[in-house]
Amino acid sequence: MENTAITQEVKPPNTKKGPVKWLKDNLFNTWYNTILTCLGLAFLFFVFKGVFTWVFTQADWEVIPANLQIFSIGPYPLEQIWRVSTVIYGLAVLLGLSAGIWNGLTRQITVAIGCIGAIILLLPFHIPVREHALIATVILAVSFAIGRNKDNWKRWVVVGWVLSFPWTMMMLHGFGAGTVSTTMWGGLLLTLILAAVGIVACFPLGVLLALGRRSQLPAIRWVSTVYIETIRGVPLITLLFMGSILLPIFMPGDFQLDKVIRAMVALTLFSAAYMAENVRGGLQAIPSGQVEAAQAVGLTYPKTMLFIVLPQALRAVIPAIVGQFISLFKDTSLVSIVGLVDLLGVARSVLGNAEWIGLQPEVYLFVAAIYFVFCYAMSFVSQKIESDLGVGKH
Amino acid sequence: MNNNTHKVIPDKIPFYRDVRFLKVFFQILFVIVVILSAGFFYSNMLNGLRRQNLELGLSFLIDSEAGIEISEGIDFDPSETFLKAFWVGVVNTLKVSILGIFCATVIGFFFGIARLSNNWLIRQIASVYIECFRNIPLILQIIFWYAIMLVLPVVQESIRFFDSIFINVRGVYVPSLEGTAGLIPWLWYFLSGIIITIIVVLGLAAFRYFFQFRERHEADRPSFISNIIFGAKWVAAPTFLMATIVGWLLTPEVPFELSRPELQGFNFVGGINFSPEFTALLIGLAVYTSAFIAEVVRSGIQAVVKGQREAARSVGLKESQVLRLVVVPQAIPVIVPPLTSQYLNLAKNSSLAIFIGFPDLFQVGEIMMNQTGQSIPIFAMIMVSYLIMSLTTSAFMNWYNHRITRMGRST
Repeated sequence: MENTAITQEVKPPNTKKGPVKWLKDNLFNTWYNTILTCLGLAFLFFVFKGVFTWVFTQADWEVIPANLQIFSIGPYPLEQIWRVSTVIYGLAVLLGLSAGIWNGLTRQITVAIGCIGAIILLLPFHIPVREHALIATVILAVSFAIGRNKDNWKRWVVVGWVLSFPWTMMMLHGFGAGTVSTTMWGGLLLTLILAAVGIVACFPLGVLLALGRRSQLPAIRWVSTVYIETIRGVPLITLLFMGSILLPIFMPGDFQLDKVIRAMVALTLFSAAYMAENVRGGLQAIPSGQVEAAQAVGLTYPKTMLFIVLPQALRAVIPAIVGQFISLFKDTSLVSIVGLVDLLGVARSVLGNAEWIGLQPEVYLFVAAIYFVFCYAMSFVSQKIESDLGVGKH
Repeated sequence: MNNNTHKVIPDKIPFYRDVRFLKVFFQILFVIVVILSAGFFYSNMLNGLRRQNLELGLSFLIDSEAGIEISEGIDFDPSETFLKAFWVGVVNTLKVSILGIFCATVIGFFFGIARLSNNWLIRQIASVYIECFRNIPLILQIIFWYAIMLVLPVVQESIRFFDSIFINVRGVYVPSLEGTAGLIPWLWYFLSGIIITIIVVLGLAAFRYFFQFRERHEADRPSFISNIIFGAKWVAAPTFLMATIVGWLLTPEVPFELSRPELQGFNFVGGINFSPEFTALLIGLAVYTSAFIAEVVRSGIQAVVKGQREAARSVGLKESQVLRLVVVPQAIPVIVPPLTSQYLNLAKNSSLAIFIGFPDLFQVGEIMMNQTGQSIPIFAMIMVSYLIMSLTTSAFMNWYNHRITRMGRST
């Protein structure tokens, strides 16, 4: 028998791991990848060189710390600033408690926010800002410690979150002598409020519109379809302009609506149409057997939708919904066209100041960074939720 | 005994619990509410108009001189009508949208494919690009680019590329092709080239069909249409090229001339000038949308199941063939619908021109509102213009989707 041929030693495949192997596999595996890598490195070198020289030698960053208060709250009166900090502390309490009670994502997000607070604490901001950051972070940590393993508090925390919204509005607006009218709201504060109101309000409206568009009743279906297609066909600034130019014509003579509320309504009506289309995508993905089964066990239409269809449909379209929230957040920057001083609006007004003239790149980059952080955080959280729920893994 | 405890089920359900009745009832109720609120707004509008002493109507569009200046686009004189002014705005919107769509598609496909490269560095650069430009509001980007455009050097110190592209504070100057006197005759040759091509293709198809008619049985005889396609595949391009080249040689003058921008006095003459506003808007729209298109392309390509690639490789296709024959045909149907909606977004986002003063249809409309006070008709015109754009595009998309899904079923 010639089993010498069989017993010949075959070397095991090279499974060596290490930085050199990784480089070889990922950067220099073929000749054109080597060229690409070199080109990429050269590109990065020039970009970084340009950016670093500009950032550290040419740019004048003095404008940012000098206007930090304007960037964060706009023209909000300083003597009323305790209202803003109270709101922040209240939210910190709620967030801390939730992080203590619920594990997983909530806790991770809270830790991230706590880290941001700590970072603000260490950065060379004005002392009051750092004080607020310190108090908020401490409150967050303390309520986290209190909330740990308090499972029976769940219901109250949820109620707290629901109530936090009107409470925030009332707190910021105030009443009596200390009223801060919405015209004084501005900066990042206004951007966040607009986005929060838009997100909270457009969601139920969008779900209703989506159900309406798939309704079996022709009148409701038609009205929903026409609404959705019209709104989706026009740019957001037409709606914002309509709020400021047409609304006075379409309302009774003495009717006055606050500018901020008009912008909120326009943002909500606009996003609801897009939200409806996202939700409709999810509804279409639900097999009709689910509805039939629900009807067979005798559920009414609202119950079928609320307990059977929507939970499945919404879960399937979480990425699209969060994407919609992100674009809503970015879209709030358009309100400066109707005279609101949101984050972009205050940036423009700072640049209009003779003292800071010609600093457009610095200011716009700073504002862009803020928007980026919020949007990127939202999309990151969406990816986490997606993987936690196991969407798309079936 | 037992019978008595049972409730008697009535034969007829009362009408207020009859689903058929309720359906109709709720719809009527809904329609009444819609009509009532429309009537409420309508009567308010009439009152409001009376307060402002305005009359509804479109006659202002052609009755009076516009008296407004439009900085760019089709030549416009303040003595012309508002209708013409609006048209200038529409053309400007279309111009920036179409150019923007073109640039965004090219950049987007580039980064979408780079995102899937097997080179780690290229992949990272692409994802940083996508994440950065996707997560910053478009308006901020446009304003940023505009700020950059305004700090560029003055005309005399333009940044120049190959002595033909000039960038300065007045915008970007690029060479252009301009028709000469020879253009018209050349167009005729071009047209006759097309006609000759069609004749040749049809002739070839008829010829082949005739031969097949004699040689083959009816069952395996290809249709006339497939012969036309065969002809178009093999002879159309060469015939057309030859015809146009002959036309080119016969034309007395060169049909096109390269017009280069040249510095004369204090300004450039010749070529095409893109104003700073236009350039900033174009860069902003193209870069922002390209980040979204890149994601669309990436997810489209990733939607092709891995097994398809592996199967294609295992039957011995080359890597280029795997892409061309297996991956791309399956990715395209996934890519097209979201791609179209990105194009629509770009067209709608071009209305942000108002922030930097580029006269697109929205900005011209806004000026017209300030001039005439006729906000309702002008708003209607603006909305209808955008709706026409979106509805035609989505009609096309539905048609395309329909076609694609039908193709998917038949194979």
